[in-house]
Amino acid sequence: MLLALKDVNTYYGQIHILQGVSLDVAEGELVCLLGGNASGKSTTLKTILGLVAPRSGSVVFDGEDVTRASTSRRIERGMAIVPENRRLFSPMTVTENLEMGAYRRSGDLRAAFERVYDLFPLLADRRSQLAGTMSGGEQQMVAVGRALMSEPRLLLMDEPSMGLAPILVERSFEIIQAVHEAGVAVLVVEQNANMALSVADRGYVLQTGRIALTDRADALRENDDLRKAYLGR
Amino acid sequence: MEFFVQQLVNGLTLGSVYALIALGYSMVYGILKLLNFAHGEVYMVGAFIGYGVLTMAGGAADPVLPAAVLVPLMFLAAMIGSGLLGVAIERFAYRPLRDAPRIAPLISAVGVSFFLQAAALLLFTARIRNYDTPELIPFSVGVEVGPLRISLVRILVIVTAVVLMVALTLLVSRTRLGKAMRATAYDREAAAMMGIDTDRVIAATFFIGSVLAGAAGVMIGLVFSRVFHFMGFLAGLKGFTAAVVGGIGNIPGAMVGGLLIGLAEAYAAAYLSSRFSELVVFTILIGVMLVRPSGLFGTPALQKV
Repeated sequence: MLLALKDVNTYYGQIHILQGVSLDVAEGELVCLLGGNASGKSTTLKTILGLVAPRSGSVVFDGEDVTRASTSRRIERGMAIVPENRRLFSPMTVTENLEMGAYRRSGDLRAAFERVYDLFPLLADRRSQLAGTMSGGEQQMVAVGRALMSEPRLLLMDEPSMGLAPILVERSFEIIQAVHEAGVAVLVVEQNANMALSVADRGYVLQTGRIALTDRADALRENDDLRKAYLGR
Repeated sequence: MEFFVQQLVNGLTLGSVYALIALGYSMVYGILKLLNFAHGEVYMVGAFIGYGVLTMAGGAADPVLPAAVLVPLMFLAAMIGSGLLGVAIERFAYRPLRDAPRIAPLISAVGVSFFLQAAALLLFTARIRNYDTPELIPFSVGVEVGPLRISLVRILVIVTAVVLMVALTLLVSRTRLGKAMRATAYDREAAAMMGIDTDRVIAATFFIGSVLAGAAGVMIGLVFSRVFHFMGFLAGLKGFTAAVVGGIGNIPGAMVGGLLIGLAEAYAAAYLSSRFSELVVFTILIGVMLVRPSGLFGTPALQKV
């Protein structure tokens, strides 16, 4: 397993957010984590990335127990994230945003830039544009490109469809598939269950801080409970 | 006309010092949204360190080193000493309160300010120290511009300030650290998500801002010669005013704000009365706050979407 969470309990103050969450992602796998508002999806990602520390349980990444490791360390080991709402550095240029994605890497970044520009040729023409002045779809490209600059082995995506027009949501999932096909493991957190399950290998359903359901993506799509709860049909 | 130009030189000298102080205020505010009211005391400590080096070298009248070596040494020691002090203040007085309500670090800042003033009073007494610069670099040495003579000390202060400001601008715009500082200032959590060690970036910001304040302390010592425990209060307030006038959090704004405040003070002292100079400075502050609350270079706070 590339990533394994075992019985993770995370609190915000006294509030018990994640209640014994276990999940794993294999090398090169595309896994989705579904759930409604306040189900603990974002907290799961923050725990994986080390932005919040679990009170108990463990996070193992690539054979190393990183439960107490810093975010910097985890990113050096091969994690990267496309945050919810993208969180670009608006007053900085496209190039500078991409550089920040490669912050933990030393040495020549030219190859990393080339790969991002190959995936998003539009960004190559907009290198010196301020990220905050771009359209939503373009910002999404910068956000994904920024995460890929560190050449991650696991890409975390927090609500990639949030705030995007339907056509851009589709485009966004095409990008996720392209990244996945290039051999990068992806963990997508989504409310848009239909879209996420159409590209994922496997899925987990999070409900008030517990994993309520897990199965192969095609099986989840046929699951009656899930259909009633999330797919609205 | 000569008088006017002479005051211009005065204003630029003072303005350089205020600009350097304002930069520290502005950088810290930009990254932590904290008004570091202990910043004036960092400047005061810088002035004392410069004085200490001068004294250890035998004093201005009889230095064991040539002025060309001694003065850079004073700057270097004050800048490093103040820089380390700034880092220590952040580490012990602000970082433990990072997640506390915003009023808590602000009160802590006022506390550090009083602490450093009292510590200086205890260590050095209330006696006003004098750099006695004319004995080191005679004020008669300078550049003749028509009927006007600009003393070497003032040229040294203005040039040093310009060099420091250019270096800072390059650091912030070009280097990896500078970009990380901007990213952290804009969105600290997003910066952390990129693997930026934001604690270190914040510490580096305090170091750089405090280095500039330390340099400003030595400059004031060289030009005006009065070094005492309470000197940081008014200078800090004026540096803060310069930062707000320029648009707090904005680096070019702090530079322009500093020069503006320095010039206003010099001309007010020259054409009205030196007793009015502070009145004019703080009237400018109130005026800018009324007309353009975000400062000359600041952008109005927008809701992040």
